[in-house]
Amino acid sequence: MTVARFWRKIPQRYNLIGTMCQTCKRHFFPPRTFCPDCRREGRIVDHKFIGKGTVVTFTIIQTAPDQFASHGPYVLAIIKLDEGPQMTSQVVCDPSEAKIGMRVKSIFRRIATDGESGIIHYGTKFAPE
Amino acid sequence: MRDVAVIGVGCTTFGEKWHSSFRDLFVEAGALALEDAQLSGEKIDAMYVGNMSAGRFIEQEHIGALIADYAGMATRHIPSTRVEAACASGGLAFRQAVIAVASGMEDIVVAAGVEKMTDVEPGATTDALAGAADREWEGFVGATFPGLYAMIARDYMHKYSMTREQLAQVAVKNHYNGARNPIAQYQQEITIETVLKSTMVADPLRLFDCSPITDGAAAVILAPFERAREFTDTPIRVLATAQASDSIALHDRRDISTLDATVAAGKRAFKMAKLTHKEINMVEVHDCFSIAEICAIEDLGFCKKGTAGKFTADGETAIGGKIPVNTSGGLKACGHPVGATGIKQVCEIVQQLRGEAGKRQIDGAKTGMTHNVGGTGATVAVHILGRI
Repeated sequence: MTVARFWRKIPQRYNLIGTMCQTCKRHFFPPRTFCPDCRREGRIVDHKFIGKGTVVTFTIIQTAPDQFASHGPYVLAIIKLDEGPQMTSQVVCDPSEAKIGMRVKSIFRRIATDGESGIIHYGTKFAPE
Repeated sequence: MRDVAVIGVGCTTFGEKWHSSFRDLFVEAGALALEDAQLSGEKIDAMYVGNMSAGRFIEQEHIGALIADYAGMATRHIPSTRVEAACASGGLAFRQAVIAVASGMEDIVVAAGVEKMTDVEPGATTDALAGAADREWEGFVGATFPGLYAMIARDYMHKYSMTREQLAQVAVKNHYNGARNPIAQYQQEITIETVLKSTMVADPLRLFDCSPITDGAAAVILAPFERAREFTDTPIRVLATAQASDSIALHDRRDISTLDATVAAGKRAFKMAKLTHKEINMVEVHDCFSIAEICAIEDLGFCKKGTAGKFTADGETAIGGKIPVNTSGGLKACGHPVGATGIKQVCEIVQQLRGEAGKRQIDGAKTGMTHNVGGTGATVAVHILGRI
């Protein structure tokens, strides 16, 4: 991922800044700039998520892509944030501890490295609450 | 709208084809289809080509023109269009070709699919495939394709009482069928133990739950049904074409283990064909992972949600069962050259309906369905074909 492409989404990736529609109060993370319910009637504003949620489903990635290979097996999960939307992220815990329904909170972590000379991607992971 | 017929099919063998280039593959498939239709290339009015990622796999874009050129059409200047919808590219190319003939715009149209996946490192192949999901919000955090389908599998097994052995039976059955298909990448039978002892890729999915990396191409030739007998004694009618979309990311779905795009496309196809489930004799579904076949046969309505594991273990999806699924060996055993898969599914159904499927023949088959998925279910194409 190029520097500009990563940099553009830093507030969203570092601080869970998503969006919400002021017309229908629906929250969006990952952020959307168009409300699928209200359409052109929607009014989208930024919204900072609290960063707490519940594991909906998960897997333990054993065969990782190159930029994640140094992580060893890691827990990848779909997390339902307390504000409503669902997102995909890693859960930092012993893989044997992971379970559906587990409460988690957001943490700031290194996500991946773009080779030896590329940038380091930081972002949001989750840990047991 | 005009009725449309398939008048010719052709498929290369599938596998790691080190001696064949991208161009070799589609030329071979196209030539086989033309020969099957006993058609001269000069009669072709247009081409649609399904291809997911030649840009990443062989650093070549502009595939429509390239294929027309190497198929010997450059001086005839026919329209040739690449269609892309990740792993559903072939299914969509077929649909575009059907629409072109049905509309009356074109008469003789080729729908092809091709993918050359082994000319890059396996890591680069996997990364290109990850582009079928949401790169910004799934791939960025370390989601792999097996990982996303593993999350579907875990959600499914949490909600319904499917055992790991029942899930493994999908791969066992598809390898049994693949062993009877001369074009299949894997023509060996396996046992449940083979699956359960294979390397863990993304828990609970193991290596033998996953479709392989494959080179291959397939082509079919379409004509208006009223003209089909000029070319063949066994025209196969296209009874329905349907397509649906859904959120690109798995996390945005209404239900993680239901592919709503499959449900929508399936319903539209049954309605268009005016057929019921009992009137479908076989189905080729998109088993990129074993769990994908389980979800597909439920979401298409061949069995109730939560029962496909038992349905499979009871042999109802095997040749001779209530609804044979993936007689070709499916993506698992026949192989999955992503852009070609949707066209290969049509080739399999056509061969079955003509009674040319050899050791895997379904006796007296009159109708068959294809189901082709892009990504984790963001695009689905469903077609129904019949010897009617």
